[in-house]
Amino acid sequence: MKKQLMFRMAALLLLLLGVVAFGTGNARAGSQESPAAQVKIDNFSFTPTTLTVAPGTTVTWTNSDDVPHTVVSDDKLFKSKVLDTDEKFSYTFTKPGTYPYFCSVHPKMTGSIVVR
Amino acid sequence: MSDYVIHDHNGDGIDRRGFLKCMAWAGTGAFCVLQGGILKSFALGQMDHAQARSLKGELSFVQISDSHIGFNKPANTDVIGTLQAAIGKINALPTPPEFVLHTGDLSHLSKPEEFDALEQNLKSLKTGRVFYVPGEHDVLNDNGKQYLERFGKDSLGDGWYSFDQKGVHFIGLVNVLNLKAGGLGNLGREQLEWLEKDVKHLKSSTPIVVFAHIPLWVVYPDWGWGTDDGAQALSYLKRFGSVTVLNGHIHQTMQKVEGNVTFHTAMSTAFPQPQPGTAPSPGPLKVPAEQLRSLLGVTGVNYVRGRHSLAITDSSLAG
Repeated sequence: MKKQLMFRMAALLLLLLGVVAFGTGNARAGSQESPAAQVKIDNFSFTPTTLTVAPGTTVTWTNSDDVPHTVVSDDKLFKSKVLDTDEKFSYTFTKPGTYPYFCSVHPKMTGSIVVR
Repeated sequence: MSDYVIHDHNGDGIDRRGFLKCMAWAGTGAFCVLQGGILKSFALGQMDHAQARSLKGELSFVQISDSHIGFNKPANTDVIGTLQAAIGKINALPTPPEFVLHTGDLSHLSKPEEFDALEQNLKSLKTGRVFYVPGEHDVLNDNGKQYLERFGKDSLGDGWYSFDQKGVHFIGLVNVLNLKAGGLGNLGREQLEWLEKDVKHLKSSTPIVVFAHIPLWVVYPDWGWGTDDGAQALSYLKRFGSVTVLNGHIHQTMQKVEGNVTFHTAMSTAFPQPQPGTAPSPGPLKVPAEQLRSLLGVTGVNYVRGRHSLAITDSSLAG
């Protein structure tokens, strides 16, 4: 019983430390909101073609072309609906890694998001 | 200005290495005759009446393409109007076509109301039937489910089928689904297996017409203008004496001859696209309003039995 209580207290302490550490990390980033980044869809291409972001970043794609495009990850982790002119799609990347994606309407259009 | 463009092939009409020889761009069309698998092109103005009559076949049909109903950007704010002009052009033909092939991109965004408008307008066509294959714009969001229900009821798989008309074997293929990152158009294993079986029983003398949205040959890979497994499909057709491949997608006419195979792409009824590599991207080409209709059009095809020939005529909507 006593042992269990101590275990719980230790767990709580660890959790508190974690929150403090997370808080400090955010403060260092200079903002309380989750970071955001943009990818432009224009002239049948994604700009920037490769975008590097921190974990937790929300990436927004905006279609500036006269024709519809989509944003689909190669492993189908994320998949937008078809985006007509000026329509947007957002996805929040939580885990580090490289996420290649393409336009399923015009598969020659490819890009990738690097999370680290 | 003449409605037709003259293509001089220096007599033999063939450029086996390249294509683009019979490419009609600036507001016009070409008149091409396929005889025993060899393309010959004529200047319509130089053809006498006897020649014109002799080219009239027992089977004539028309190809239209890329109507993009729903598109309303500056390149053409009235795609219904230009579709109606194309219908008017077809209805004015001296011999009504047996049927019309629509080679895809019926709609711009696969919306029900866009498909409705296309169907309603095509009802005024003076022809027996309209056959369809889907473009990538017709299968957005639902992998072509809606397209199949409306336009592909009698088809197989994702919408492929074949039929025979007056001794000519017609094959409609679907190359706009399951596209792979970095790739081109795609037919897929199941469709290729079906195609191989479909033509197996045919005599090599049977004229073949294949139609699909994206060009089955590689026109310009940087812009995705080609089909990854198109060569595989064409390998099943090698033994045939006359093969005609009709495509859309690139919104301009292009023609190439390779052995017994003639490849041809049709103009759009909605908006033109740039010639390969002449613009940063293949997006809709905005041209002065008075030029637009000269860059849109319909394709007529005539088959003359016994002469082993299909004659292909492109005409613009201007004039």
